[in-house]
Order: sequence, then C-alpha cells, then structure tokens
Amino acid sequence: MKRFSQLAAPYIVWAVIMLLLPMLLIVLYAFTDTGNEIMTFRFTLENFVKFFTDPDFLLVLWRSIKIALKTTVICVLLGYPIAYFIAFSPDRMRNMLILAITLPTWINMLVRTYAWIGLLSEGGIFSQILGLLGFEETELLYTEGAVLLGMVYNFIPFMILQINTSLSKMDRSLMEASNDLGADGIQTFLRVTLPLSLPGVVSGISLVFLPAVSSFSIPKLLGGGQFFLIGNVIENQFITVGEWNFGSSISLIMALIMMGTMYVIRRLDAYAAGGRKEGR
Amino acid sequence: MREKKRPIGRLIMILAIVFFYLPIVFMIVFSFNDSRSLTSFTGFSLRWYERMWNDSEMMESLYTTIIVAVLATVISTVVGTISAIGLSKSRRIVQDVILQINDFPIMNPEIVTAIGLMLFFITIGVERGFMTMLLAHIAFCIPYVILSVMPKIRSLDPNLADAAMDLGATPWQALTKVIVPQIKVGIFSGALIAFTMSFDDFIISYFVTGRGVKNLSIMVYTMSKRVNPSINAISTLVVLFITLVLVAVNVIPIIRDRKLKREAGDIPTQINV
Repeated sequence: MKRFSQLAAPYIVWAVIMLLLPMLLIVLYAFTDTGNEIMTFRFTLENFVKFFTDPDFLLVLWRSIKIALKTTVICVLLGYPIAYFIAFSPDRMRNMLILAITLPTWINMLVRTYAWIGLLSEGGIFSQILGLLGFEETELLYTEGAVLLGMVYNFIPFMILQINTSLSKMDRSLMEASNDLGADGIQTFLRVTLPLSLPGVVSGISLVFLPAVSSFSIPKLLGGGQFFLIGNVIENQFITVGEWNFGSSISLIMALIMMGTMYVIRRLDAYAAGGRKEGR
Repeated sequence: MREKKRPIGRLIMILAIVFFYLPIVFMIVFSFNDSRSLTSFTGFSLRWYERMWNDSEMMESLYTTIIVAVLATVISTVVGTISAIGLSKSRRIVQDVILQINDFPIMNPEIVTAIGLMLFFITIGVERGFMTMLLAHIAFCIPYVILSVMPKIRSLDPNLADAAMDLGATPWQALTKVIVPQIKVGIFSGALIAFTMSFDDFIISYFVTGRGVKNLSIMVYTMSKRVNPSINAISTLVVLFITLVLVAVNVIPIIRDRKLKREAGDIPTQINV
C-alpha cells in the first residue's frame, strides 16, 4: 500500500517548481532593484515607496476596490432572488435552470465580453431602446457603467450558484415549522431562510469580489483603456513598460489585499456557520 | 405564500435568462450579418465565416487553443489522478503541504499566477511561446483534477488496493482495475474542468506567451479595438462547440441512467464549476 505514495513524488517536485517557486519569484522581484542579474540581487523597498507615494496609483487601486465592491453588492442583490426562485422550483425545472445559468460561464469570457461591445455601441440595441424611451443619446460603451455591467454579467453566475446550493441544501421542514409556529412569509424569510443561506452568500462574495478586483480584460474591452484598474496597471508594467520589479510589487500589494479580504470573508463565514449551528 | 410568489419569480427568471443570453444571441445573429455594422442587420450572409476561414491568424489561434486544451487535459488528468492517489497514501504532513501548494492557482487571482509563471520562465531563460503556454496550462489544470479526484479517493476503503493485491493483482492492476474505476466520476469531472479552464484561459496564456503565439482569448483581446465581425463568427463556433460538449456531458448520463434503470441521485448529472 505504501508503495503507492511514491506515485506522488514527481508531482511534489513539479508543484514546488511550477507553483511555489513562481510565487517566491514575485516576492523576490518585488523587493529588488531593476535590472539586476540573477545572482546580484539588491534588496530595496523603493518599488513599494513608489506605489504608495504616487496619487495616481493609489487612485487606481481605490477605483478597483470601489468597482469590485459595487459589482459584489449588485451581484448579491440581483443574484439572491434568482437563486431563491431556482432553489424552490420543481426538481426538473431546477436542473434546467442551473444548466441555463452555468452554460454561459463555460463559454470563453473574452468572447462573451466582446459581444457586449456591439450591444452597447453607438446606435446599438441599448442606445436605441433608450432613445425610444425618450432619453438623450449618451455614450454607453467605454464608461464605468459598461465596465460594471461587464463584471456583473461575468461574475453573477457564481453568486447565483453558491446561494442556490446553500438554499437547496436547507432543511425545508424548518420553514414549515416556522410557518406552523405562526411566522408570516417575511418573518420566515428573514429569520429562517436568509440566515441559513448566508454561507452561500459569503462564498459567493469571495467568488465575485476577488476576480473583480484583479480583472483587466473587462475594463480594457468595455472601458476602452479610459477606465484603468489595478489589473491594467500590472499588465502595463509587464507587457508594455517592462518594469517587472515594480509590476511584481504591485501584484504583491494586490495579493495581500486579497488575502486580507479572504481572511475577513472566512471570519464572516465562520460567523454565519456558527449562526447556523445555533439555529439547529 | 409560495403560490403568490410564482409570477414575480417567473418574471425575474425570464429577465435573468434574457440578460445571460442576449449577448450570445446577438453575437450569433451578427455573425451572419451582411455588413460590417455591429448595430444594424442588413441581410444574411456567410461572408464573415469565409473571412474567418481565410484569416490564417485566426485559424492558427483556434488550432493553438484546441491543441493546448487537448494536451493539457490529457496530461493533467493522468498526472493529476496518479498524483492524487499517491498523495492520499503519503504521510499526512506531506499531503497537507502539497495540497496547500496545489491550491495556489485556485485561490490566487489569475493575474498573480500568470505573473509568477512569466517571471519563472524569464528567470530560467526559456523563450516564451507554445511550450511555455502548454506548461503553464498543465500547471494550473492539475490542481483542479486533484481537487476533484481527491474526495473520491478519500471515500474509498483504504484497504481496497491491499485486498486486490492479496488476491494476486499486481500493483498496476490494483491501480487500473480496482482504484481507477471506483473514482472515474471524479476523474471525468476533473478532466472536464481542466478542458474548459484551458480552452477559456486568457490571463495566464497572455502573460506566458511571447509575440506571435496566440490562443482564441488573446486574439479577441488584441483585435477588440477594430470592428471585426469575423470575431463573431469564430465566437459562434466556440459557443456551438462548448454547448454541444455540455449537452453531451449532461444528457449522456441521463440516458445511461434510464438504460440502467438505476435510481437517480448517485450519478452526477450536473457539473460543478
């Protein structure tokens, strides 16, 4: 039996080289000077100082966090009712709806985002509808709204699926019990259903917020390069400018912010799970 | 109370489905447009498909995407399954540490994984191109395979392989004839996730390839500034292909299910992302 453990040996080596080492390299580059040869590293904090003393970079960071927060809030508010309806549909219907929600997520994200360009462009369906409704012709594409829409479109399925999972797992007899004990529909929802579905909401938040903060293809495609996010800055440093050290330090800052967020979300999750246990 | 909610729920659902499918339908419709316009449909034509077919850059990106996805799926499924079996028999500490590292590409934002791999390839001095893309795809696909195979292995009786070998099976037979068939559901869903992750990948491919080598996503990204309805044509093909794969994956188990007249529930008919 033990001999099977040898099967893991190649992957242990691979994982260290291909998964661990690259992360260490980011840290190494972040703390060293530009243009150093492999063996002559010089430790420096300059890259971080550069980032935190430049109002432009801080503004971009703040903008990224803001739009990710907006995306997350919209995804929760729109995703919850959808997930709720799916979870309380008959079995056959539920499976079909889940497939319908899942299917677009398997289609290339760039392709789906590209499709929005035509819909939002001047004279496209949306500006025509707005025109018919009597609104003045305004630019829809290459605005913050377009980027926000693109993010909600791409990430909301993950929110819906997470909430749906926790609603589906819920013990339905608890709702009946609540009704039997005299609670009305709203009370039952607020005091039984909602708290029990919180773990789904919490994991949905992490699945939406994290990719939204670091996204750079959606702002590029729908923001047209006029709406810069932190992901675009990183892309720029690596692809256009070639300042890997500075780019690495920005990535590191972003990764740390995300780890912080994950930590907070985990705590929320533990809190939600605690509430669930108490409820039982 | 539930009866009352139905019409509202139905409306919400219809709006949601329209929201999800509007861009996709729009893209398909305009891939058949006679003119270059992305806003008015002037007539049916296949000219953008023809244009796509004759565009060597586009077709090459399609080939690259498919070849990388197939190779990365096959390699990462085999390696991931074997490694997961090996890890499950390894010492606890080794298992924990490796599974932690294994989680990096899943937990980290993609752009961080991408930059890490890019720096790695630069540091060891490999020229970035097709090979680096393939290696990177294998690197981020294996973790998903391990993640979906591991729970299946854990739910097996730990003495299963021993029993097989006591009965005269060689270790190889114990592995392929006893263990693998028991975990094939996990292997299959791992392979499916690996395939779509690789097929759809943009960020990691974008950073680890140099100029010249492109997959579909990179092509769309670099071409998006110019109006080019051939992108709609190639995207329509991609949508069609993925839909067929997903429908097949979802329908085949149902048909098999009915044939075997087994109770529903123990065969997964849904895919979890």
